Amino acid sequence: MTATTTLPAPAAPSRPAARRSPAPAARRRAALEWIAVHTVALATALFFLLPFVFVFLTSVMSDDQAMSGELWPHEWHWSNYAEVFSTPGFADWWRNSLLYAGLGTLFTVCSSVPVAYALAKFRFRGRRTAMLLVISTMMLPPQVIVIPMYLVWAQQLHLSGSLWPLIIPMAFGDAYSIFLLRQFLLTIPREYLESARIDGCGELRTLLSVVVPMAKPGIAAVALFQFFYCWNDYFGPQIYAAQNPGAWTLSYGLETFKSAHSVNWNLTMAATLLVMAPVIAVFFFAQKAFVEGVTLTGVKG
Amino acid sequence: MAPLTPAPALRRKAVRERLRTLGFLSPWLIGFTVFFGYPLIATVYFSFMHYNQIETPTFVGLRNWRYVFEQMPLFGPALWNTLWLVVVMVALRVVFGLGIGLLVTKVKTGVGFFRTAFYLPYLAPPVAATVAFVFLLNPGTGPVNAILGNLGIDAPNWFNDPAWAKPSLVMLSLWGIGDLMVIFMAALLDVPREQYEAAELDGAGALTTFRYVTWPSITPIVMFAVVTGVVQTMQYYTQALVAGKLASGVSVGPGSVIQPGYPDHSTLTVPQLVYSLGFQNFNTGAACVLSLVLFAIAMAVTTLLMRRRAGLLSAED
Repeated sequence: MTATTTLPAPAAPSRPAARRSPAPAARRRAALEWIAVHTVALATALFFLLPFVFVFLTSVMSDDQAMSGELWPHEWHWSNYAEVFSTPGFADWWRNSLLYAGLGTLFTVCSSVPVAYALAKFRFRGRRTAMLLVISTMMLPPQVIVIPMYLVWAQQLHLSGSLWPLIIPMAFGDAYSIFLLRQFLLTIPREYLESARIDGCGELRTLLSVVVPMAKPGIAAVALFQFFYCWNDYFGPQIYAAQNPGAWTLSYGLETFKSAHSVNWNLTMAATLLVMAPVIAVFFFAQKAFVEGVTLTGVKG
Repeated sequence: MAPLTPAPALRRKAVRERLRTLGFLSPWLIGFTVFFGYPLIATVYFSFMHYNQIETPTFVGLRNWRYVFEQMPLFGPALWNTLWLVVVMVALRVVFGLGIGLLVTKVKTGVGFFRTAFYLPYLAPPVAATVAFVFLLNPGTGPVNAILGNLGIDAPNWFNDPAWAKPSLVMLSLWGIGDLMVIFMAALLDVPREQYEAAELDGAGALTTFRYVTWPSITPIVMFAVVTGVVQTMQYYTQALVAGKLASGVSVGPGSVIQPGYPDHSTLTVPQLVYSLGFQNFNTGAACVLSLVLFAIAMAVTTLLMRRRAGLLSAED
């Protein structure tokens, strides 16, 4: 790191003469490039943000205006939001989403950390195979195994109509989280673990008092991803919770909400923003952990 | 005279280590067996059974398989749509994500703003994003067609036109490109600076620099994006289902049986067909056949792509 940043320095003294002459032209070109890049970036960014703007503007329109295709609200109907909240069931959907996402995240983290630790730091026969199996479960469409699983939960355990069939499996590790955590744990130097062992720590103590504190950013990323996965999940609640409206989550309920208010685009857009809001709020608090998590899954395998 | 077995203390240590490894791996070992191994075997079993989830299953040999491949009217369209989305969506996502990634690395002022602006849509829950897009692209009341109309452009009917429904889904997916942008951005920032400086000294243009400096360094990440993109698109479900249901305009509650894939089955994907067969028509056997088809395609595509290093398993230590 330091080597690359200091390297150009020695070369600098020999070059100013060569550098000065093209300076005005080069500077003009740099300025033009700056303008071009920022114009393109700004235009693209606006396109990415416009859907949010339109959704918001529609969410505060009157019923009639939302049908008109006009863009700016005549009057600001903030009461639309209150109306969405008073829709029967909406409060339950919030509670269910929080339950599913909260417990799901807790279970996933607690069960995936030890597995990822073993895969990253233990040497044992079949380690590569285990890793390949983790990755292949990660790759598989959930639809491939859902039918027999549904039959077990519904017919043997009588738990359909609740979110438990989605939450309980998360206490047994989640392939994606294991993979991401393993990538993170690989970056922890072996020496730390060895010195902990020399100090007489057992494997579990080492994990809890050395590895976990060092892996906090990785664990935070996994927790966030799992929280959002549960919050955004539609397929799972559709399979297990559909027949019992008391167990619906926000993501699942939103589509029904639109069907029930088939003409009220304003209320639907208000509800849409309310479903998006927690995710976006959490992102602003935990931006760093997020971006680290995304890059970790993609970069440097 | 040398002992054939190791000293008892050593052996005990080895056993203890193996037990320790098993202990740490146990959550996943149980999860893998119960929630993955068992259902996969059961899916194969049910694919040879006639089963409507009420009566006991009866063995019917290859009848379900023949039904799916020879008679089922929606299998062809669903497979075609899924493959269409896999090819078009993944290709455009990679190109577009790389473009946005490049753009963000070139930006010098307000990096934080741009990164957030491009990343934010990725966070929007899929159902919410789909509901929003069905509204935005609504031919009658949506703002997009209102604007295009004012500009004198003859706007398409988006989700309500069989020819435009899939491209509309692609647009929705490109809006949520944030994850790819971050991955590509990190990869681009990892390209050694000296190589760029060397290329500049050699007088290489932007395209040549990209071709000979940037591209070789980011190919593993591009491969990674393609593999995960293909796998994700094989599972494409929520957006297609919600868009089809809402755009059809029929007031449909959950659980109601509608012909999926509005308009004209143009948004019907294989996962939707699995759901429809298994949970609405209670044709468990055929649904399991279809699951296995999905499984086979996903496995084939990933092993094919993984062979050309996808950067997934490197860095063993």
